[in-house]
Amino acid sequence: MISFSPTEEQQMIVSMAKQFANDEMRKIYRQCDENGAIPEGVIDTAWKMGLTSSSIPEAYGGPGGERSAITGSLIAEELAWGDLSITMHVLCPALFAYPILEMGTETQKQKYLPLFGGEKYKAATTAVIEPRFGFDPCSLSTAARLDGNEYVLNGEKCYVPLAAEADLLLVYAAENGTSQAFVVDKGTKGIEVGEREKNMGIRALATYEISLKNCRIPKENRLEGEKGYDFSRIMNCSRVALSAMAVGVAKAAMEYSRDYAKERVAFGEPIASRQAIAFMLAEMAIEIDATRLMTWEAAWRLDRKDEATKEASLAKAYADDMVLMVTDRAVQILGGHGYVREHPVELWLRNGRGFTTFDGMAIV
Amino acid sequence: MIDFEPTQEQKEAIDIAHEFAEELFRPISRYYDEHEHESPRELIDKTWGERNKGTLALGLDVTACLRIEELCWGDAGLFLCVPGPGLGGAAIFASGTKEQLSSFLGHFNEGDPKWGAMAMTEPGCGSDTSAITASATRDDAEWVLNGEKIFVTWGKRAAENPGGLVVVWATVDKSAGRAGMKSFVVPAGTPGMRVEKLEKKLGIRASDTATIIFDNCHIPFENILGSPEVKKVDKAGTKGFKGAMATFDATRPVVAAMAIGVGRAALDFVKEALEKEGIKIRYTVPRQKLTVLERDIMEMEANYKAAKLLTLRALWMMGQLQPNNLEASMAKAKAGLAVTKITQKAVEIMGPLGYSRKHLLEKWMRDAKINDIFEGTGQINMLIVARRVLDYSRDQLK
Repeated sequence: MISFSPTEEQQMIVSMAKQFANDEMRKIYRQCDENGAIPEGVIDTAWKMGLTSSSIPEAYGGPGGERSAITGSLIAEELAWGDLSITMHVLCPALFAYPILEMGTETQKQKYLPLFGGEKYKAATTAVIEPRFGFDPCSLSTAARLDGNEYVLNGEKCYVPLAAEADLLLVYAAENGTSQAFVVDKGTKGIEVGEREKNMGIRALATYEISLKNCRIPKENRLEGEKGYDFSRIMNCSRVALSAMAVGVAKAAMEYSRDYAKERVAFGEPIASRQAIAFMLAEMAIEIDATRLMTWEAAWRLDRKDEATKEASLAKAYADDMVLMVTDRAVQILGGHGYVREHPVELWLRNGRGFTTFDGMAIV
Repeated sequence: MIDFEPTQEQKEAIDIAHEFAEELFRPISRYYDEHEHESPRELIDKTWGERNKGTLALGLDVTACLRIEELCWGDAGLFLCVPGPGLGGAAIFASGTKEQLSSFLGHFNEGDPKWGAMAMTEPGCGSDTSAITASATRDDAEWVLNGEKIFVTWGKRAAENPGGLVVVWATVDKSAGRAGMKSFVVPAGTPGMRVEKLEKKLGIRASDTATIIFDNCHIPFENILGSPEVKKVDKAGTKGFKGAMATFDATRPVVAAMAIGVGRAALDFVKEALEKEGIKIRYTVPRQKLTVLERDIMEMEANYKAAKLLTLRALWMMGQLQPNNLEASMAKAKAGLAVTKITQKAVEIMGPLGYSRKHLLEKWMRDAKINDIFEGTGQINMLIVARRVLDYSRDQLK
């Protein structure tokens, strides 16, 4: 039956995430952006909330909670409202763990999943994006070639979050033209982590280029569980996660510019009393809600294991436009004040612009 | 639990409505567009029968709106000919007593086809409904109505067919502003109520849009909806006015549902044409590699989806008895604008086939536009959303 009400359990998780975003993330996000670093304590606090580990089954050392893209979307929105960089850092291990959980072999699950059940944050990451024009995750330049009992990986990747810190990477590479996922131990010969990248936004999130030169990994490191490997599902889970985060960022920007517009007086009354400003805010609010609902619908399809490519792609494309429109308007509403780093809206615009680039950098 | 799956009953309702849209509405769509003011008798009789059997029940709930989307996918103008209490009924539901509900609407399931209409707009006021000049004066056990109402959807059918009714908004005390605004039920055929003319329109030509004159029109005292007292609580408004606005919270999502039906018709038309040409939309390809056509189609589809989900949410909230003023206006503002753009873009994409009256696409573009105008223009709905978002009164944001 059509319903828009999260379950009681989801509401509890959401309010926990909201509180963390408000009490922890919002206190440090500007400083994190300026310093390009996130204090470890915050990451550990977030980890203890079990956001990644909760859906790991008991058999693999986790609490065995239900894995749900809807719940994941709800959490992602709340956290991203707090700060996008910290959110992507906190949820980064899922980029490695979730595909293994869903599509890994029994051996892979037993070997890797228990690593994420502990008290301490476990960095692991994924390498999807490639530094070239016309990048398309379905048509990768990075290549995997089977040679006896080994795969040989060659290629360049970028926007690999936490590559320096993580021991394990899930590298996507084309094998005979199809995108496949390979577990790569960072100690493997031929893998080289480059300089930390300098990006327009998400400056607190450490991302790196990596290069793979004749990097040999065991044949059984390819993701290929009993239920098979489904790259489109991974991409759809990523689109949904990013759409939800876009909603969170946009919501932050809308709220801030709304409050500012009510405070800021010009020509004798708050600028919010002028339709030119008020109508911008109305449209921002409508598009935020519309994107959230589209994200939920795509997530709902993922949870039902239905084909979700169309819904997830539409939601993501819509979210890309929405978050840019909303964060840009937030800057516009604040005028000159929006352009200076004393206010957060310029940060949200920089982060908002990135969503068209981030495909593959988050997952629900 | 967040869920987007219609119930079995709703799926059946959609299927049945779609069948009617395809077999009853579409074949006569062009004829009634080109023969404005002619009555689609066969459609009226058929839908009235089905409505009373329950197969085409049209109310203010999710199921009804899923039906409405389908019927308007068939033809929005013809949908507005389907008999029923309509907006008049919505007003009575929103602010009538139990007795009024049964006395005014009780007979709407029997006999010949009947219509209900709501008369609010006047030549001198549209969106500013509080500026209404039509008057209601007390005369013992009766009210006497005087004034002119325009753009009354279903106006002629409701005012002239026996058993129908028109809900009229009039002021009982002009000096009281919004507080003096009340609504009155005028049964069809009441002396003093006459249809002056029918509008010739851009689209939804099958729908009658009437000017109705009230000239010393006497109705019983108990035909007032809500309290007859004028309470000057504050400048912001009182119950009578709020009654009108509460009606809009219920009817705006319905108009949004109509809109998305028209939008989907245009979208389906374009997608079918593309399929015939062997053009597939590549949903997995990054945007910078898509063709302009693919981006256009995806944008149209996303806007359709956005409008539909906002509409379903507003309706769902109403079903949960949650206040939905903000969400109803969000849905209406989004849907009206979205389908205006979707249909206009569809004509562009189809080129000569889109512009030609050989096909229905150009008609859908004309039909779609009304959804951004009636039941509150897009701008009025944006104003309402803005006030809600800012927590501003009408004085703080004019």
